Amino acid sequence: MKTDRDTATRLLTQMMQIRQFEDKIMELLAKNIAEGGSHLYAGMEAVAVGAISVLRNDDYITSTHRGHGHAIAKDGDLNALMAEILGKKTGVCKGKGGSLHLADVSKGNLGANGIVAGSLGIATGAGLSVKNRKSGQVIVCFFGDGATNNGIFFECLNMASLWKLPVVYVCENNLYGMSVSVERACAVQDLTKKAVAFDMKSDCVDGQDVLAVRDTVAKWVDYARNGEGPSFIVANTYRYYGHSRSDPRAYRTREEEKFWRERDPIKIFSNRMVEQAILSAEDVKEVEESVTKSIEEAVDFAMKSPFPEPEELYTDLYA
Amino acid sequence: MREITYRQALNEALKEEMERDSSVFLLGEDIAIYGGAYGVTVDLWKKYGDARVLDTPISENAIVGVGLGAALTGMRPVAEIMYIDFIGLCMEQLNNQVAKIRYMFGGKCKVPFTLRTEGGAGRTLGAHHSQSLESWLMHIPGIKVVMPSTPSDAKGLLKSSIREDNPVVFIEHKMLYNIKGEVPEGEYTVPIGVADIKRTGKDVTVLTYSRMYHFCMEAAGILEKEGIDIEVVDLRTLLPLDMETILKSVRKTNRVIIVEEDCKTGGTGAEIGMKITEEAFDWLDAPVVRVAGADVPMPKSPVLEKLAIPDTKRICDAARKILNK
Repeated sequence: MKTDRDTATRLLTQMMQIRQFEDKIMELLAKNIAEGGSHLYAGMEAVAVGAISVLRNDDYITSTHRGHGHAIAKDGDLNALMAEILGKKTGVCKGKGGSLHLADVSKGNLGANGIVAGSLGIATGAGLSVKNRKSGQVIVCFFGDGATNNGIFFECLNMASLWKLPVVYVCENNLYGMSVSVERACAVQDLTKKAVAFDMKSDCVDGQDVLAVRDTVAKWVDYARNGEGPSFIVANTYRYYGHSRSDPRAYRTREEEKFWRERDPIKIFSNRMVEQAILSAEDVKEVEESVTKSIEEAVDFAMKSPFPEPEELYTDLYA
Repeated sequence: MREITYRQALNEALKEEMERDSSVFLLGEDIAIYGGAYGVTVDLWKKYGDARVLDTPISENAIVGVGLGAALTGMRPVAEIMYIDFIGLCMEQLNNQVAKIRYMFGGKCKVPFTLRTEGGAGRTLGAHHSQSLESWLMHIPGIKVVMPSTPSDAKGLLKSSIREDNPVVFIEHKMLYNIKGEVPEGEYTVPIGVADIKRTGKDVTVLTYSRMYHFCMEAAGILEKEGIDIEVVDLRTLLPLDMETILKSVRKTNRVIIVEEDCKTGGTGAEIGMKITEEAFDWLDAPVVRVAGADVPMPKSPVLEKLAIPDTKRICDAARKILNK
């Protein structure tokens, strides 16, 4: 797929938004301004941004417990997302969801999920709905390596393949399910092999290369949209922060972290765009500055926003 | 009025709602060619085909998850979980996803999803096919729990459940599928969340639901001959409970017996009885009494199975005792 200046700017902007959003949340957590937990997506930006960049606005995604990146990439409103993470009334879920439940059905984001593999069913059901309604939509279902060991993963891949549903299952293999490595958790190290049992097409991509992700996902989104069925993509990636803020990262080495930080998706992409003269170094700087401004605005908006009224406790439970 | 079975009434409800709304579709194990383990979906697959009557793999958690995904994106699924005993396999999706998603999303979605299942003892099927797990479900805000006792209620409540924009767990009873009752020919619905006083009486309020309703009516006939006049309230919906009807009856009779098939400890009666104590303690002339299932896994032996659930005699004894007769 050819990358023009507008596309490059959009991809870079979204990746930088996610990075700065996550760095800012880490800062807010450290200062106890953000309460509770947040699982940060920093380091993995190319997967969400690359995959979602090939979708139509009315296509659906489902996300994970590490869902800020997907929410931003699916046309998320930075202010409403930041406010949600702080539990504010102006949050995208009115402060009732939080980091683990960022969702915006109106934009096709069927939600982050507090349960590992929890959204596989939703994505598969959306696929069945799309097929029945003949709406031509596609679903991209994000989940981590850990989810591929959960029962519902197998139940859903079987159904999707059996019924030829238009779902692209994107496994973000960041090498660890909380602290346990793929090596220590999966009998099969090459996760694409898990699709074989369901006679499902599979693919593997460098999750640090946004253009590679974009090309690979585009291919399988087309495949799904053409009614040919689901697919399973493994994107190899890495999370910079620990599983959550209380994680001392004892299960991985600093050398390994350094190795992956040198393969930073934003650096890889911006360097390449400058080399290919699609963007200038000034363009990159401009994007960064404008993103910094928008994140500061989002934090400001979230901090100044009120908490929900007490009466809100019992609203929204039933339609 | 014509009489049809509980099974036929449910089948009519499904057929009528599928005719009425093209977004309604059915999914579950053995519901298509086989027509459902208890025959509720019989003939629907012939009429509507795979697109609307979908046999699924034996994957309960995914059945519920898939139903949710379809409900969120414009469909009105009706899933069948063959036995309520299998609900443990899908409790993650039901409890964490289906029930909570609307609230977690700040009310920005609707979940028009009906989950049909059946429960209860009586066929000597043993511990994995005879349970009454409704109290688990009553503990989950975000869903509604419906348990009809008669063919006419079964039809009207299932139609309401399918039209409802909230998730409903609709629990049938395996021993009721063959019972016959009057069911109106034309279009009607029965509202969710409304109990039905099926027998008025002045001496004791008997709160019950599902199969136990029939036991209570038998008991009412026996007790009437002894001069004891019980009021039988068929709760029909366990979540939300119709406390208005319950309390009105309690204030009239001042005595309450709850008849429930599930295990007594942490059962439906525990919650209902406590609510009555909180809201109408001053109206009670005696402590609330429970006639409930035994706290054991359901045994196979027909003799033991009968002992494990309430019967007419125990209901009658409880009524006599609460009235000191």
